[in-house]
Amino acid sequence: MQLPEERGPLSSGVLGMLGGEAAVDFDALVAAVRGRSEVADVVGDDDFQLAMWVMYELHYLGFEGVAEEWEWDPRLLRVRLALDGVFEADLRRRTDEHVAAALAADGDVPERLFDLTETIDGPSVARFVQREATREHFKEFLVHRSVYHLKESDPASWVIPRISGKPKAALVELLYDEYGAGRPDRLHATMFASGLEACGLEREYGAYLDQVPAYTLAVNNAMSLFGLHRRLRAAAMGHLGAFEATSSLPSRRFVSGIRRLGLPEEVAEYFDEHIEADAVHEQLALRDICAELVRQDPSLERDVFFGAAVCLHLDSAAAEQMIAAWHSGRTSLRVPDLDPEAVA
Amino acid sequence: MRVAWTVPEPVAAGSRDVEATPCPHGPLLVRGADLVRDNEGRAHPVTRPVVAVCACDKSQRMPWCDGTHKVIPKNR
Repeated sequence: MQLPEERGPLSSGVLGMLGGEAAVDFDALVAAVRGRSEVADVVGDDDFQLAMWVMYELHYLGFEGVAEEWEWDPRLLRVRLALDGVFEADLRRRTDEHVAAALAADGDVPERLFDLTETIDGPSVARFVQREATREHFKEFLVHRSVYHLKESDPASWVIPRISGKPKAALVELLYDEYGAGRPDRLHATMFASGLEACGLEREYGAYLDQVPAYTLAVNNAMSLFGLHRRLRAAAMGHLGAFEATSSLPSRRFVSGIRRLGLPEEVAEYFDEHIEADAVHEQLALRDICAELVRQDPSLERDVFFGAAVCLHLDSAAAEQMIAAWHSGRTSLRVPDLDPEAVA
Repeated sequence: MRVAWTVPEPVAAGSRDVEATPCPHGPLLVRGADLVRDNEGRAHPVTRPVVAVCACDKSQRMPWCDGTHKVIPKNR
């Protein structure tokens, strides 16, 4: 993947470091990040989210022409930890009320998690796609999703060595399915790439990074934040649980929308796979992973609900922005250069 | 809980028993089965490490759970 375009002073500083500029002032960058804590909304801050996404990417596949040593460069990590802290504080503030209500509610952990998926409920992109989206809307949706789905499940995989016993076995069971159960062509990320290609879009990981707005990056960054900090392992698993528990029924709507629009079978296949897979995964994630983690260590309960609430909150914020753009006849992307003629 | 589907013994003589766990208001999680037979006797091969078998009788892709139980009121 190529390094993206900068979106402001923070991302410009980070990209400057990685691009080999000698004159980057790390202390000034850290101070600039700390200054962001006064900004109420870092989720919607393009500069902030891009800087974060780029630094997280060093732990995944990285960028062409960027030395691999940057992954553990202490100067860069200092900047990233400052970003992590401000982002986490914003996420906690945004979800506090829901987390407190879920902790105080009656019922076992899976029951309260399922209830939370119904409580934090924004507009539904799946319903929009099913009923009224155009091909161009749907292609934009795929572009947003490509930032995560081309590395689908990778952020949750960081958690494997950080948990033990039953939840570990269940997480690996779930991930084995996500990663194609031994068949490379059934890797969910590969199935998504085939869907993109069939719709005339780029299948390469990161191809659309410059086009996705802050809220799409924030959805991704939350997963990396939770995955990369052992301290936040329970939030990572709560996030996974909420993600899986809000996938099966919407996937059915996506399939129906794809058929309505007469889009290629490859993209229908990706969503069709998730109807069945995620009906399994939601039970595994909520019962065998989240509930078991809390049983092993009750102090993790708050973060399980925190992670779940973050998933639902950011997903609904992203849906709100996308649908609002489409309803007012605008693109939901940063650069409107998708070619509507390209769909087969 | 009423389970509408019969979970057979594994076809291959494996070292693992079929293990079925009912989820409250949800499907039956099945591990270790090679196939699941529907009410009409048709065999559906198991292709995942764990499968969720419909227990509410309302799935649109029998015998597998497709999440439909969530739109059925719990007191039914």
